[in-house]
Amino acid sequence: MIEFKNIHKSFEDVHAVDGVSLNIEEGELFGFIGPDGAGKTTLFRMLNSLLIPDEGEISLFGLDPVKEYKKVRQIIGYMPGKFSLYYDLSIEENLQFFATVFGTTIEANYHLIEDIYKQIEPFKNRPAGKLSGGMKQKLALSCALIHKPRLLLLDEPTTGVDAVSRREFWEMLQKLKEKGITIVVSTPYMDEAGLCDRVALMQNGKIHAVAPPSEIVAQFSDPLYSIKVENNYKSLQALRQWEHCENVYPFGETLHYLDKRNDVDGKDIEAYLSSQQLVFDHVELIQPDIEDCFIALTHKVG
Amino acid sequence: MNRFIAFVKKEFLHIFRDYRTMLILFIMPIVQILIFGFAITTEIKDASIAILDKSKDEVTRELTQKMLSSGYFKNDAYLTNESQIEPAFNDQRVKMVVVFEPEFSQNLQKTGTAHVQLVCDASDPNLARMLSQFADGIFTSYTTSSSVSMGIQPEVRMFYNEALEGVYMSIPGIMAMILMLVSAMMTSISITREKEFGSMEVLLISPLKPLQIILGKVTPYVLMALINAVSILALGYWVFGVPVKGSIVLLLIECLLFTILALSLGILISTVAKNQMVAMFMSMFALMLPVILLSGFIFPVENMPLPLRILSNIIPPKWFIIIVKTIMLKGGGLSYVWKETLILIGFVVLFVTLSVKKFKIRLQ
Repeated sequence: MIEFKNIHKSFEDVHAVDGVSLNIEEGELFGFIGPDGAGKTTLFRMLNSLLIPDEGEISLFGLDPVKEYKKVRQIIGYMPGKFSLYYDLSIEENLQFFATVFGTTIEANYHLIEDIYKQIEPFKNRPAGKLSGGMKQKLALSCALIHKPRLLLLDEPTTGVDAVSRREFWEMLQKLKEKGITIVVSTPYMDEAGLCDRVALMQNGKIHAVAPPSEIVAQFSDPLYSIKVENNYKSLQALRQWEHCENVYPFGETLHYLDKRNDVDGKDIEAYLSSQQLVFDHVELIQPDIEDCFIALTHKVG
Repeated sequence: MNRFIAFVKKEFLHIFRDYRTMLILFIMPIVQILIFGFAITTEIKDASIAILDKSKDEVTRELTQKMLSSGYFKNDAYLTNESQIEPAFNDQRVKMVVVFEPEFSQNLQKTGTAHVQLVCDASDPNLARMLSQFADGIFTSYTTSSSVSMGIQPEVRMFYNEALEGVYMSIPGIMAMILMLVSAMMTSISITREKEFGSMEVLLISPLKPLQIILGKVTPYVLMALINAVSILALGYWVFGVPVKGSIVLLLIECLLFTILALSLGILISTVAKNQMVAMFMSMFALMLPVILLSGFIFPVENMPLPLRILSNIIPPKWFIIIVKTIMLKGGGLSYVWKETLILIGFVVLFVTLSVKKFKIRLQ
């Protein structure tokens, strides 16, 4: 089990991580969801012993990353947010290097990376700098896995990767989880949250909720309306000034609207929009997804 | 140990795959030594001189004739008194004035010595020194070839730059500069590159020890620097005829010592610099400029104002250049350079301690 107890970390005037406490079970696929600057990377670096918390304690399978950093570093497979392999070395040379540095060989743990590595093996003599985003990510994951870590720590692995590769990547994580590896992943993409066993919603260094994604959505009890209008900006301004408005925000091509009243009807909203001379296509009640939950949670706090 | 070898192998791959690194490592030293070397050994041909003959006897006439027929000198004017010397220089035409004392040949016969004064325009010190040496040579050959067994004593006076130290023989200076560049700049850049690309983060959480990372980083550059040192010596010997009078083994050991010093400086820079650009500028301004300006490579330390002279003592290349000059040009052994060697060792200890202390096992 991985435990965070009241972790604080500041950089000069920024309180990057502000009182984080949570537990991650062994064998879990756990996601930290939050926008850029939420403190995810800082939290990861404290977990993998690269940073020391100002306050609080971390226990990683019973090890203390501050005092027992050598042991901790051996059981972690870490993939930093930035692609951090060597651009001028080929795929094979990169993998070989990390295998040797971690005191193992490609052959010994090939079964672990086989599924992933097979896809990039045809290009194994190509320099890593000339790979596509998705291939770089597969290589980085192979390198992080090569020493058979107990914990796989992935910091925004899918940033800058196309949609197809992202989906493939999450399928790979599911397979790795089945092999018993604990996976902790951070992402700014809300749609990826649903693929985790449990997620922590994080913003401004604070954790707003920790639960399975389905539970987070279920806790969202207020009626949520999707409004399709002709002029998003004008309608947004108008709805914000309405006395009953709890929150309204653009969501893709539509607006998502929350009302302060629990028994509000779509017709009321349509009437208000008409009274403001705004043209709309339709107003409908929808099921919230994890992003709506995240916005709602941060809205209440903020 | 396997880890270490894998690391060194990786470093070599970085070096060999980056043509810019290869250029700096192998082409630049050769180009530099050729440029500096040829800039110094310019051939002298038809240099304008003026003669101030106060004696006008057969010996002075013969000597003048010899000088002008040598091909090195061309007579520009016959002067009649000393006050004409300075204007002759100021006209930019005359590079050297030969002054024969009155009653030159009588003096030579009576006392066995006669005086000739060579007044040189040392605003171009290299040329001035060479002209005076050529003229000196002509006088010497005259005394040995003629029936006169007595000597002519040329008295050389350098105008505008009396000391003329340190300009001659730039090989030691180039060596210091190139070893510094290769070792300090290249290592500091290659370590900061790992920081910049984020791979340092992965190296830090790997089981590699900080010492292994540092040693792995510097090993290839030690080798490169030594190859450079040898090629500079070879070029100096074959192309410019600069001999190594002292022990070549001792010279190479001193080069190794200086390389280690430069490497530890490079590591120190990399612990401070955040990215490659900063590392490069720090190496340039903190290392290269002092090496060029304060080490006595181009400007003689003796001619500097006192504060700079004191400052030059903490410039390691200054000591290295003294060592190389002593071994190469004077043929001195360790007994002549032990003091300077100790100073270099002191610098190494200081920089290594500082950089090992500053090298972090974590991120800031």
